[in-house]
Amino acid sequence: MTEIAETHPAPAPSLGTRLEVIPVMLFAAFAAAPLLATFSGAEGYVLSLLTRVMIFGIAAMALDLILGYGALVSFGHAAFLGLGGYAVGILASHGFEDALIQIPVALLASAAFAFVTGAISLRTKGVYFIMITLAFGQMVYFLATSLAPYGGDDGMTLASRSLIAGSGWLENDFTFYWFCLLCLFGAYALSRSIVASRFGRVLRGTRENAVRMEAIGFRPFRFQLAAYVISGMMAGLAGCLLANQAEFVSPSFMTWQRSGELIFMVVLGGLGSLHGAIIGAAAFLLLEEFLPEILHTVSFFLSEETRAHLAENWKMVFGPLLILVVLFVRGGIMGLLRRPHHG
Amino acid sequence: MTATLFFVQALNGLQFGLILFLIAAGLTLVFGVMDFINLAHGVQYMVGAYLVAAFSAWTGSFGWALLLALPTALAFGLLLEALVFRHLYDRDHLDQVLATFGVILFLNQGVKFVWGAAPLSVPVPELLSGSVEIANGLLYPVYRLAIIAAGLVIAALLYVLVNHTRVGMLVRAGASNAAMVSALGVNIQRLFMVVFGFGAMLAGFAGAMVAPILSVEPGMGDNILILAFVVIVIGGIGSIRGAFLAALMIGLVDTVGRSFAPNLLRLVLDPAAASQTGRAIAPMLIYIFMAAVLFFRPSGLFPVKR
Repeated sequence: MTEIAETHPAPAPSLGTRLEVIPVMLFAAFAAAPLLATFSGAEGYVLSLLTRVMIFGIAAMALDLILGYGALVSFGHAAFLGLGGYAVGILASHGFEDALIQIPVALLASAAFAFVTGAISLRTKGVYFIMITLAFGQMVYFLATSLAPYGGDDGMTLASRSLIAGSGWLENDFTFYWFCLLCLFGAYALSRSIVASRFGRVLRGTRENAVRMEAIGFRPFRFQLAAYVISGMMAGLAGCLLANQAEFVSPSFMTWQRSGELIFMVVLGGLGSLHGAIIGAAAFLLLEEFLPEILHTVSFFLSEETRAHLAENWKMVFGPLLILVVLFVRGGIMGLLRRPHHG
Repeated sequence: MTATLFFVQALNGLQFGLILFLIAAGLTLVFGVMDFINLAHGVQYMVGAYLVAAFSAWTGSFGWALLLALPTALAFGLLLEALVFRHLYDRDHLDQVLATFGVILFLNQGVKFVWGAAPLSVPVPELLSGSVEIANGLLYPVYRLAIIAAGLVIAALLYVLVNHTRVGMLVRAGASNAAMVSALGVNIQRLFMVVFGFGAMLAGFAGAMVAPILSVEPGMGDNILILAFVVIVIGGIGSIRGAFLAALMIGLVDTVGRSFAPNLLRLVLDPAAASQTGRAIAPMLIYIFMAAVLFFRPSGLFPVKR
């Protein structure tokens, strides 16, 4: 986090090194997980859950790039997940099963969509931006529901995972896990260097004060648009992986609720730290996965019937939890990690 | 034949547009006056529908159910305001979006918890059942006409309320500059509550009115919420007049577009391709329309002057 040290001149050195530890630990944990999964007895389940975490981590990080560093609240980012997913699905159904074709096409499609919609959306500000990105997201959603040859509402099942240069080694869950980890790491490294570059500083400057940036000779629009396109491409990549993981694509990839969940992942993890978004995605998905069981366990003093009922309606706890996080946990999980040092 | 079909679709569009207006009116006022994005406005529409379903099952009469549902919807809106929304007014839009998203999750599951996941149906009131012949051999359900009438009456009442009463004046002043209104000695907190409760009641009323013609189910407010947002963004946030006109436009474009896009495309494409593309384009029309409006007028058609 050298660039933090540049923008805030006087953080305690221990703070800087402490925060640098988090991403290292995070990736180490992801790398160690498959080895531990083999001992857990339910390795298929653990692997698929963690793969999902990494895929959503990429999508959430993509969103963090524009939300955390550019204050652009995109409420339609799930559309890119869908674009990536459908690129894989549609190409595969026409016999192009190689990821070396699918991924570039998905990235191009996402970039083109981000460029066009971004150029229109970025003309607006504040709540209008939120709403217009939402509208574009809905547009793609409805387009997908009406794609009758590709499954329409029901979506389409992929015959198999993508090939890589003709070989089917992504079929193996372990290999697929490592492939996702590689993508996550690549996306993280790329985002890190973008954020630390001059480009990233202009983006953050625009977040703080667009008028001032213009006054010193930048055209914020171009930087924001470029960031939007990069972010869209990264989310598109996550879409490719998601389709491969599920071996299925459907319009449910890109409901507006999914866009809302992506925003929540970023905020839960902590805005503007990149690895915070990954942690947020992990926390969100694990909570979603285990909240029913947690509820069942902590309500041990109630009758069995009530406990089952409670576990079934876990969203009634999840919703208020979300509200409480927004109201009381400023800075998300990263903020909590940082707090003790601020005393 | 096509002319009568068009006429029927236009009436359906008008009815849909007026329902959208009832929802959008509250949304645009809440946003205009309090600068507050309320994603949970859609669930208030859902709650209105559920309340009417519950009360009409209990009393056996739609009229009584409606009379009971309105104050309950109002009370529910005020309760939500006091519990959650009040703490979000001075937060940024991101926090508001997220917290109200949490309210949606809770309430969508909440109605499932109370009433079950299966859709409920509400019988059309006896008095308004059946159809009337509005033109040669053209039958149209009375209940839908009643919705149109009710929507127009509410719109007229709102116009009078906002433009010719003291409360309306404060609301308009609040939409231009809430801080100034507060500085002039108006209890802005109470004004917020009034606007909020009123908006919740209007959304509840819209839900109650459509309960007999749609199935009442969890999540029914989610999609209409997005449409209401499209309406207020096109109309210009904070403007009742803008919301009214935009709601009618969206209602017409959506309804008429869905039934005529394939026919229109048939002029330039072969029938199979036309019906395929038509069905693909129709649901996207309103979003394309919105993008076009925002491209040329980034703050909507009738922006409130600040």
